[in-house]
Amino acid sequence: MSTGINWAKYSSPQALYPLAGRLIPWFSVAAVALMGVGLYMGFFVAPTDFQQGESYRIIFVHVPAAWMSMFLYVVMAVWAGIGLGLNARPSFMMAQAIAPTGAMFTFLALLTGAMWGKPTWGAWWVWDARLTSELILLFQYAGVMLLRTSIDDVRRADRSSAVFALVGVVNVPIIYFSVQWWNTLHQGASVSMSTGSKMAATMLTAMLLMTLAFWMYSIAIILSRVRCIMAERESLPAWEEKPVTIQKIAEAR
Amino acid sequence: MSRSSMWGAIGGIVRRDLLLAMRRRSDAAMSVFFLVIVVSLFPLGVGPEPAVLRTIGPGVLWVAALLACLLSLARVFTADYVDGTLEQMVLVPQPLAVLVVGKVFAHWVISGLPIVLLSPLLGLQFGLSGESLGVLVMSLLLGTPALSMIGAIGAALVLGVRGSGLLVALLVLPLYVPVLIFGAGAVTSSMAGIGGEANLSLLGACLVLSLFLAPWATGAALRIALE
Repeated sequence: MSTGINWAKYSSPQALYPLAGRLIPWFSVAAVALMGVGLYMGFFVAPTDFQQGESYRIIFVHVPAAWMSMFLYVVMAVWAGIGLGLNARPSFMMAQAIAPTGAMFTFLALLTGAMWGKPTWGAWWVWDARLTSELILLFQYAGVMLLRTSIDDVRRADRSSAVFALVGVVNVPIIYFSVQWWNTLHQGASVSMSTGSKMAATMLTAMLLMTLAFWMYSIAIILSRVRCIMAERESLPAWEEKPVTIQKIAEAR
Repeated sequence: MSRSSMWGAIGGIVRRDLLLAMRRRSDAAMSVFFLVIVVSLFPLGVGPEPAVLRTIGPGVLWVAALLACLLSLARVFTADYVDGTLEQMVLVPQPLAVLVVGKVFAHWVISGLPIVLLSPLLGLQFGLSGESLGVLVMSLLLGTPALSMIGAIGAALVLGVRGSGLLVALLVLPLYVPVLIFGAGAVTSSMAGIGGEANLSLLGACLVLSLFLAPWATGAALRIALE
């Protein structure tokens, strides 16, 4: 390979485990730093919205969380597809590791959406197209995770939940458009972001920083979860770094 | 693979499944009775106001049809899985997806078609008018095969899994959302005077898409379950 890195090497858990361990600190630090700057800009630097007042500031968490929830579902489906196609165990482990984080972001998007909706629309919940499809996305994450936990055989659990994740990825856009058409048939368009005032540059910067922060957070947490999954599946991995305590005891003698 | 042997395989599976169903008629009758009971419970819960019933009628009928389809899903593969017939089907030279189409079609004839035929009667209970009843029948005729197709994926995924009855509901119900929206939407819009054609076309699109994709996913899920 021209890059000089043998990527196929990392398709084995033995190689991926230490690589993930080395990468986690970097992504964790980046996540904390970006989140700090992003939240500061969002809450203190960005101007107050002339229509929605201070309550709009929740979007600095809400919009990146909603983006991540959909993006992570696609990433999970891609790993699931790679796993099914190449029969590679780490791909299934990645898919398994992504699901809880994706579900968390979906829940966060719904929660912050409700918190934004109450002062803005006057209701915690409206059957808006985006809200409804986000809710169904949460159901699909739950389905992927529940299917996995219900099957004891690891190989079948991997492959079955991968098939379901792939079916879901076809379904999500159909659900989104069907809900949108259903919504326009039943009620007039609700307040939407696009009709609101144009975004200030600082708002956009804060939002992009938060999105990057969520990316870094996701990578860090997914890599640490994939390490846990590997340790769990191999019960005691032979490639595990030697526990520090044993080395210390040996040196002390 | 010659075309005639593929149709022969589908025909054989359909004939066998229908014959098995005819020997145990109570199984098929159960999901229809379930539908009738669920639909009859709603006026008791909501109240006998005709205007209210007419408004919720399409939605109630469609949700009940969806649940009835869901309850009968366990019958698609479970018996064949338990007695080993399914393993023999996987070994047949015809593609597994083709056999799945046969099994799902038979399932639809047993549990979907009775719902379609019974729906005008239930629609009358909710005060739907003549034209809306026709749209209701059409929407169920297009929608219930899609429900069976999509449901077969879930049924294959949970084969032999503990708690499979509840799990299949959790997996399949979110996938049913578009069909429910277009199906109930067709009836509602025909009642509102805009005509149900747009929704019926979309429902047809759902059916075609599910006919095209679901057999492959179901076949893959069956192979995984039988490994």
